[in-house]
Amino acid sequence: MSYANATSDELILASRLLKNGQMQSELSVPGMKCAGCISKIEKGLSTLPGVVSARVNLSTKRVSVVWNKSAHTPPLIDALNGLGFAAHLSSVQGRTEDNELRRLIRALAVAGFGAGNIMMLSVGVWAGAGEDARALFHWLSAAIALPVLIFSGRVFFSSAWIALKARSTNMDVPISVGILLTFALSLYDTAAGRPHAYFDAATSLLFFLLIGRTLDHVMRARAHNAISALQKLAPRGATVVHADGSTECRSIDKIKPGMLLRIAAGGRIPVDAVIVDGRSDIDVSVINGESSPETLKQGDSVAAGSLNLTGPITARATASEKDSFLADMIRMMENAEGARHQYRRIADRISDLYTPVVHLGALMAFLSWLMLAGDLHRAVAVAVSVLIITCPCALGLAVPMVQVMAAKKLFRAGVMIKDGAALERLADVDTIVFDKTGTLTTGTPRLSHENDVGLHALNVAGAMASYSTHPYSRALAQVSRLSTPIRLEANQVAEYPGDGLEAEIDGVEYRLGRPDWAASLPTKKDADEKSCVALSRNGELVALYHFEDDARPSAGAVIKKLEQCDFNTLMLSGDREHAVSSFASRVGVSSWEANLRPAEKVKRITEMTASGRKLLMVGDGVNDAPALAAAYASMAPGSAPDIGRNSANFVFLNDDLNSIPLTIETARRAKTLMRQNITFAILYNAIAVPIAFLGLVTPLIAALAMSASSLVVVLNSFRFGGGKQSRTNVMKGRGLAKILLARSRVQIQ
Amino acid sequence: MSVMVLLVLVSISMGAVGLAVFLWSFNAQQYDDMDGAAERVLIDDDEE
Repeated sequence: MSYANATSDELILASRLLKNGQMQSELSVPGMKCAGCISKIEKGLSTLPGVVSARVNLSTKRVSVVWNKSAHTPPLIDALNGLGFAAHLSSVQGRTEDNELRRLIRALAVAGFGAGNIMMLSVGVWAGAGEDARALFHWLSAAIALPVLIFSGRVFFSSAWIALKARSTNMDVPISVGILLTFALSLYDTAAGRPHAYFDAATSLLFFLLIGRTLDHVMRARAHNAISALQKLAPRGATVVHADGSTECRSIDKIKPGMLLRIAAGGRIPVDAVIVDGRSDIDVSVINGESSPETLKQGDSVAAGSLNLTGPITARATASEKDSFLADMIRMMENAEGARHQYRRIADRISDLYTPVVHLGALMAFLSWLMLAGDLHRAVAVAVSVLIITCPCALGLAVPMVQVMAAKKLFRAGVMIKDGAALERLADVDTIVFDKTGTLTTGTPRLSHENDVGLHALNVAGAMASYSTHPYSRALAQVSRLSTPIRLEANQVAEYPGDGLEAEIDGVEYRLGRPDWAASLPTKKDADEKSCVALSRNGELVALYHFEDDARPSAGAVIKKLEQCDFNTLMLSGDREHAVSSFASRVGVSSWEANLRPAEKVKRITEMTASGRKLLMVGDGVNDAPALAAAYASMAPGSAPDIGRNSANFVFLNDDLNSIPLTIETARRAKTLMRQNITFAILYNAIAVPIAFLGLVTPLIAALAMSASSLVVVLNSFRFGGGKQSRTNVMKGRGLAKILLARSRVQIQ
Repeated sequence: MSVMVLLVLVSISMGAVGLAVFLWSFNAQQYDDMDGAAERVLIDDDEE
């Protein structure tokens, strides 16, 4: 399912209400590249009626639009398409979105300032400053170090304190103890006029740790808002019809099975229900992922969250809110996400082993030096150097640094990573599960070429179709927009829900809709009837329009490529068997299943996972969301609706299926580099710790060794971009900062 | 000696000014769209 032409309903759902009553929407525009695009987009959007302002962010390739909430929602996406840009809706995130990242960057800046200036003073001391100057420099260093530690160290202290209060421990505990002990020892030594102080060690340690922490935060998965987006699909209230014919607006949780509900055209179905009166075209993509609506009438059941497109209906509720289809979907998402949280990231697994070892090592060093040498000061100094040298700087950088480099590479190729840990999982994937509509196909019905399209007839059809929101009408209207339009007033066109449109032009009655309704053609069953619309003049057939949902251009090639690389491929679709089988043979997918509801997709995925397979789910629709969350790793195209994108780990904005093999390849390379980095970090500790334990290392040398090991890890990670690119390292550094900040704003999720 | 104290203090306060400027520009969200900022200089405001 695709929302290349998002309805105003979708736009409102994806927008945020600002305090002054205006709405803010964010659109992802992957095609923008230059200053020309910026001014074109900003000017083009600001001139739309109702739009207050439009602001492009070129780094994240998004535009943020503020508009007045009135009867008419501005046609943002159509306007962007008109300007020549493909665009889709993104969920809005507030400015407060990533306060944590901003806090980390501020702490990092202050720590960098402190470390640099104290190092400058230390160089003076090492160069052989006189006793007075040394004391002065030490006091100055202390004066700089204290506020820096208080400001920047809080990141670690507060987390360590929370862990200690809960009577547990984490990586931040040895870090905090190490930093505080180093500072206290240095302060004591400065006051006692001793020759060594280690303020530089404490601050540079903090600086390096904060780099790792910031990168890690950037790559961590944000809280999903797929579930809340699903909840938004349910209307807050519904119109209940009482026995005496009076109507009342009730909130959705007060609707009980058996109540009669009235659902207007354009409204969403609040709870599962059976239609008792009226017929309408209903968008049931939440169930089957198909873009073409189904014509439902009396006696048909409708699921909560479906969108009633054309006519008002009255329906009897068959379930309460919490037993309805949408609530089931939400429960499935929650279960799936709970299961995914059980995945332990490589870095977390290591840090669990690491922390007790470091604690024990430092404590042992302290005790043995105290007992053997009987010198408290010496014992503390050795313990501190063990803590500093084992500080998980290199380890803290090993994984996030690679993730950031991978994210940068993928972003350039048009793929967004939503969760750094997903790279680790993606590298192990052996089976790829595809959805059909909107994933392997474009998801938007298109007028097929082989029709004999009479120009005048097409113009009439297009003019009529522009008054309907049915996907076929949109496709027709789009095509005829290219030629001279026929003017039609709204009151000339009547829409017959489930049937089609009727219009009177120059005394001639035109009908556009289902063939059996418009031209009394015999009803054909199954696929043909569904993808065909007739135009008739005074009851006589003028033209038949067939619609197709094209395969994405690269679908066949990509599936072949993946199979050649020994991946199992599988297609799970909510579409009818007939359509799925013919499509499967066209693109070359050997195994497929059709007619699957969301719960059945999840079931198939959990079954395969249980049998030891590692699945990558590629899907887009609302109906795929639980499956995306349940799979080991997941990808969605950028054209997917909000909920689909939020449930996936990766989003390919360029809508090119070649992104799938590319992303897997990148993930595998990333995993190799992570392994190398971690091996190196552990090796470094294995060598450095015994030396520190023997008291052969001063805290200063420990800090230098630790910095050097961090640098090695960083440089190794830079190998990621190496090879083809001619960019210099300086440029890479700039790109890195860009990604860092861009990530803070991008949440396609 | 007193000259050195002065120089050290001057250099540190210059660093502090740099830090303050960074924090100010960061808080003012000037790093949120670096590509955009680089391109926007090319946009001619007068063109119509």
